[in-house]
Amino acid sequence: MAKRSAPDVNAGSMADIAFLLLIFFLVTTTIETDSGINRKLPPIEDEQTPPPPLKKKNVFEVIVNRNGELLVEDQVMELKDLRQAAIDFLDNGSGTGKDACNYCQGKKDPESSDNPVKATISLQNDRETSYGAYIAVQNELVAAYNELRNREAQRVFGKSFVKMEQDFADKANYSGNRERLKENIKQIREMYPMKLSEAEAEKNN
Amino acid sequence: MSKFKKKKSGDLPAISTASLPDIVFMLLFFFMVATVMRENTLMIKNELPTADQVEKLQKKDLVMYIYAGKPSENYKSQYGTEARVQLNDKFANVSDIQQFIIEERASKREELQKDLTTSLKIDRETNMGLVSDIKYELRRAEAYRINYTTKTGDAVENFGK
Repeated sequence: MAKRSAPDVNAGSMADIAFLLLIFFLVTTTIETDSGINRKLPPIEDEQTPPPPLKKKNVFEVIVNRNGELLVEDQVMELKDLRQAAIDFLDNGSGTGKDACNYCQGKKDPESSDNPVKATISLQNDRETSYGAYIAVQNELVAAYNELRNREAQRVFGKSFVKMEQDFADKANYSGNRERLKENIKQIREMYPMKLSEAEAEKNN
Repeated sequence: MSKFKKKKSGDLPAISTASLPDIVFMLLFFFMVATVMRENTLMIKNELPTADQVEKLQKKDLVMYIYAGKPSENYKSQYGTEARVQLNDKFANVSDIQQFIIEERASKREELQKDLTTSLKIDRETNMGLVSDIKYELRRAEAYRINYTTKTGDAVENFGK
């Protein structure tokens, strides 16, 4: 038997399908945003005022030389070990009395920091250090803080610190109480304040 | 007999192209939405370092960009091979940064000025000397909020070269 000619496909709904796809892509694509490590620079101070005295054991010294080698507390270190070393230092909490740290889980080594609130990381670099090496070190130090903050946020609020910050930034979709979230973030920040001192790059080569 | 014979089915009906414009528009819209327009023409090599502890830069209109790196091939003969600062579309000296920040700040509404962030887009091979100078100028201009803009990735890669 002879074949029938195929009927025309109705194209009327094609536009609907196209719009459906368009809306799908509109909703799902996010425009690429820049991201990076946020920092706050210190204001320029008068030369006269001496810096407040810090106990040597509360300072964690990191030096990056021009070849991108690390010297941490007078010992050569690989970049991959820096994060753990910084965590150990910040979380040590060997202080007693009013310096005691009741949430620290560190080794309580009397030679290391008293309390995360007092612990300062001092980062020094040479003028010829490459920017990439510097960022790598910054990244590891920020990672150490984030890891400790996540741990405490998880323990106190049952939610990681990074997630809390994301929720706070996401004004449109966060359904909870933003004011309370802000307070909670502040509380975690105060437990592990980011004290990162950067000396001016040394002038001598 | 031949009376009932239908037309030979060899010639298929033409496919309707009525929806082609829709598809084209859909693609057009998609690309319009997804593309990021580069505001400045880069005259320098700008390979950002990688980091994984990154935060997103919020509010794009409140960001000032400072670029730094070695001049790209076309400009080497004119500007040498030392790392330079680029503000907007032209090379600048470190001392021009303060003026640049003041101008940028003046162009924003007063209540938003405190939220201005400076995004440092610096090539990974740049020496820290230049970066320190930039940071010092920013401190002098009282632009304390900065963002070391990076790509997302493993930080150890920065030590590759």
